[in-house]
Amino acid sequence: MKEYPRTQLGTQPEYLYAGYRSSIRRAPSQPLIQVPHTLSELTGPLYGHNPIGETDNDLTRHFADPPLGERIIVAGRVLDEDGRGVPNALVEVWQANASGRYRHSRDSHPAPLDPNFLGAGRAITDDEGNYRFVSIKPGAYPWRNHPNAWRPAHIHFSLFGVGLLSRLVTQMYFPGDPLMAIDPVLHSIADEGARQRLVSSFDLSLTEPEWAMGYRFDIVLRGRSSTPFEDSAR
Amino acid sequence: MTLTPTASQTVGPFFNFGLTTNHALGIMAPDGAEGEHITLVFRVIDGEGLPTPGDSMIELWQADSQGRYQHPVDPRSADADKNFCGFGRLETDANGVCVFETVKPGRVPHSDGSEQAPHINVTLFGRGLGKPLRTRVYFAGEPANVDDPVLALIPADRRETLLAKPVAGQASAWAIEIHLQGEAETVFFDV
Repeated sequence: MKEYPRTQLGTQPEYLYAGYRSSIRRAPSQPLIQVPHTLSELTGPLYGHNPIGETDNDLTRHFADPPLGERIIVAGRVLDEDGRGVPNALVEVWQANASGRYRHSRDSHPAPLDPNFLGAGRAITDDEGNYRFVSIKPGAYPWRNHPNAWRPAHIHFSLFGVGLLSRLVTQMYFPGDPLMAIDPVLHSIADEGARQRLVSSFDLSLTEPEWAMGYRFDIVLRGRSSTPFEDSAR
Repeated sequence: MTLTPTASQTVGPFFNFGLTTNHALGIMAPDGAEGEHITLVFRVIDGEGLPTPGDSMIELWQADSQGRYQHPVDPRSADADKNFCGFGRLETDANGVCVFETVKPGRVPHSDGSEQAPHINVTLFGRGLGKPLRTRVYFAGEPANVDDPVLALIPADRRETLLAKPVAGQASAWAIEIHLQGEAETVFFDV
């Protein structure tokens, strides 16, 4: 039973990042206690075995009519720290609609809701760790973090990997978005390379002619396959 | 090849319609699950002393009543209770509260041959949290707490923050508050 590598400095957000105002009253003020990786940490929910509905990974097909917006394909590979694909990983996504509005009762942005867009989906990675979603490009939206604050367009991702420590919730951004340079959520990560890895890349090979542009977003989860996983059914 | 894990980002305030629509994930132990069935009540309080209304989410992961995890890394996983799902996930409500139905976990082996005290692993996500907070829930009055290798790493005066307490007048119910900051700030882990 081997411990996972510990996190490299700067490659994950700090709990307290004053530029992200909500962190000020939620970040722990006491030092964290470093704990060993016991069976409790090295096991974890194998949550991906619930049946996934046929249209769960196509956010444009959740209603009878298609949503408004720029249709996109988002696909990539889920990898472990050794670069091996993670099969059977549950990938959940949620996002704002093309106008930058979430279908959520507390989203007060005065942009229109789209009756044909829910904005939530899920998928399971295949044997090589690949996933694929069809959606529409989300809009940027204002928030009240500071005067004239706007979030860059993003899709929220939630992933379950091989163990508890592999669990990841993150956000995928779009290349060339000028709002990324001034976004405190993204800049709560000190390391520029780590920030860049949250930006998807336009990919002509994923793009389907006369139908949808493709964006590639690969994701690396904590953990190594040099555990029983590589031999097991997972 | 060694890759750097992808950076975490906050779940933000609007995760609910994506992550917590399935309220059945609060029932980890249906009727057929072995062991002592318990109700576990969480309340999450932020640095202003206010509950986190609807914008935080708790995920639990725990062993079955015999201390076995339903996972291939656990050598006893084949014997783990098939009627028990060790995973739970709920959003906190308007009062910062969420309630799980589960069983009291058994003792989980530790690598040095000793055993850990019964505990439940907690991962807390929320608006304002760039990465999740990780902690454990133990049970107040449990004799095994004295020898637990993780509790032993925590300064004695802060261990109490990880102890669920019995709910007065309600059988088999336990409650714990998670304080993000303040005098009673919960101990969080660097894993």
